[in-house]
Amino acid sequence: MNKDDNILEMKNLKTHFFTDRGTVKAVDGVNLNVKKGKTLGVIGESGCGKSVTAHSILRLIPSPPGQIVDGSINYQQKDNKIIDLGKLDARGDTIRNIRGNEISMIFQEPMTSFGPQYTIGHQIMEAIMIHNPEMAEEEAKNKTIYLLDQVGIPKAEERVDSYPHEFSGGMLQRAMIAMALSCSPRLLIADEPTTALDVTVEAQILELLEELQDETGMSIIIITHNLAVVSEVADQIAVMYLGREVEFADSDQIIDNPLHPYTRGLWNSIPSLDGELKELKPVKGTVPDPINIPAGCPFADRCPEMIAGVCDQGNPPDKIEVEEGHYVRCFLYTE
Amino acid sequence: MGNYILRRFLVIVPLLIVISVISFIVVQLPPGSYVETYIQNLKNQGYQPDENEIERLESRYGLNQPAYIQYFTWMKNMIFEGDMGRSFVYKQPVSEIIAERAPMTIMISLMAILLQWIVAVPIGIFSARYQYSIFDYIVTFFGFIGLALPNFLFALVLMYFVYVHTGWAVVGIFSPEFVDASWSFARVLDMLKNLWIPLVVIATAGTAGLIRTLRGTLLDELKKQYVTTARAKGMKERKLILKYPVRVAINPLISTIGWMLPAIVGGEVVVSQVLNLKTLGPVLLGSVQSEDMYLAGGIIMILSSLTVIGTLLSDILLAWVDPKVRYK
Repeated sequence: MNKDDNILEMKNLKTHFFTDRGTVKAVDGVNLNVKKGKTLGVIGESGCGKSVTAHSILRLIPSPPGQIVDGSINYQQKDNKIIDLGKLDARGDTIRNIRGNEISMIFQEPMTSFGPQYTIGHQIMEAIMIHNPEMAEEEAKNKTIYLLDQVGIPKAEERVDSYPHEFSGGMLQRAMIAMALSCSPRLLIADEPTTALDVTVEAQILELLEELQDETGMSIIIITHNLAVVSEVADQIAVMYLGREVEFADSDQIIDNPLHPYTRGLWNSIPSLDGELKELKPVKGTVPDPINIPAGCPFADRCPEMIAGVCDQGNPPDKIEVEEGHYVRCFLYTE
Repeated sequence: MGNYILRRFLVIVPLLIVISVISFIVVQLPPGSYVETYIQNLKNQGYQPDENEIERLESRYGLNQPAYIQYFTWMKNMIFEGDMGRSFVYKQPVSEIIAERAPMTIMISLMAILLQWIVAVPIGIFSARYQYSIFDYIVTFFGFIGLALPNFLFALVLMYFVYVHTGWAVVGIFSPEFVDASWSFARVLDMLKNLWIPLVVIATAGTAGLIRTLRGTLLDELKKQYVTTARAKGMKERKLILKYPVRVAINPLISTIGWMLPAIVGGEVVVSQVLNLKTLGPVLLGSVQSEDMYLAGGIIMILSSLTVIGTLLSDILLAWVDPKVRYK
């Protein structure tokens, strides 16, 4: 794999939260690559650190208590220069010029993603004018209307003056996407973009993201707990469990041939539309307390294929490449 | 927006009527009347008034009529002639007493409110933004002292320290040589020199409260998604905080303007008594003690009207800053 293909390479990222109860290792050694023009799906249960991973990229982790303690987030800028986002000052100008401009983000809760006291149009225009200070207000407004129209908001030239509480959830998420796209980002991070929306709207939003990707050639990271979502849009999939990615591969590989017992568990816990009817098997147990992670593989006590004396002893091996580009962290695949 | 203001204005009329009835009932509530107290005082001095004299006194003050007639007479005179009745104690029209003292009361209150906001808003924002910093702990510590310290005690302590260190005794808003002087630049200067003590005393408790309120609401707002959204689009931190969460967190403060005015007038009663300020507070206290019913009723009326007007103002302000209020 040619390294230049990656717009973002995350190596051994560790984001910890130092709380009164102890250190929460929300992200504890994550490796991810995002290819140019492709979509990476990050999937996992609540609390697995997928959202913290996403927020770490744009340095949006509240500090204190959160802090990136190790690892790198190498981002390839327009001029092919590599910059480690993890080393930047979270309040500095460099990361601020990247936010919303080269890398932008959409969030889980469209209903609260806009400030309640300004119009949608005002807030999108603001994003445009932060990164294009010389642009005339009139032009920014026209661009906003164009963007709203592009993401499928009817009567965009009227709705541009609406307040957030006058929009539905789906419309707000569309407006949010319009805002994220306002400066033609090269990478879009979508943190559970459809979780708060109903299923029909979800399908529309995903379709919209795919269309926009085709038009602009941007890369997308889509974070979700919903398998249907990733299998629909992702070119590559990373499965996260308790602050680490346990399996990483191209979508086809990982869907057809899941290697990690956790991935298999996830796959078995949803009904398949085309396959034969079989009993759904939920992954048993719950995610352990991130402050007191048991020794050995963190998934061991939930794992149906646990090897006693091995899995509950040492740390699972780092990325084993089982087939080309298909990595897994599991004792089952050690020689 | 115009519609909204008009609607709010129309609501005021019935509200003021209700307030007037309640004011009247409140001043009628204590047993006895001014005349009875007066006669009792005469008896205590060994003087025995006859029936005729008592009746003369009662009819002079309209006390021999049923209460509702007294109320309507009072209202009629107030609305059509601006006559709020006479004070039994001061032997002076109530409107004159109020006119004499109301401007100073309102001025001190407004200045105290202004002072509270100027001090509380930046501190509140800062201590929410840097929650659990040393600054936040210090502000919280002094805030609680400010809340807990009785006003009159604070006034006395302040007066004592000013006197001990400068030899200058604070005895009212004006120094003796300016009390009866006409307004001049020197008199204004003199007033400002004396005014800061009551202002500081009155504003302290309120400031502490405002800081707590603003800090609390702002902490909630800072955690909201829209703050992260604004950050994610590359906004500068300071502009972001002032433009988004502070604009929302300031709303509960705006709602407090309405009842701040009477709360300050109520709160300054003791302070004014201690500092010998010529405001409405001490007069209200005295009139209630001596059952000087028209004076007490008049002052309660004025204070209540100020509350209503204050609430109206804060509602209009709120509608102006918060689009959701406007459209509901």
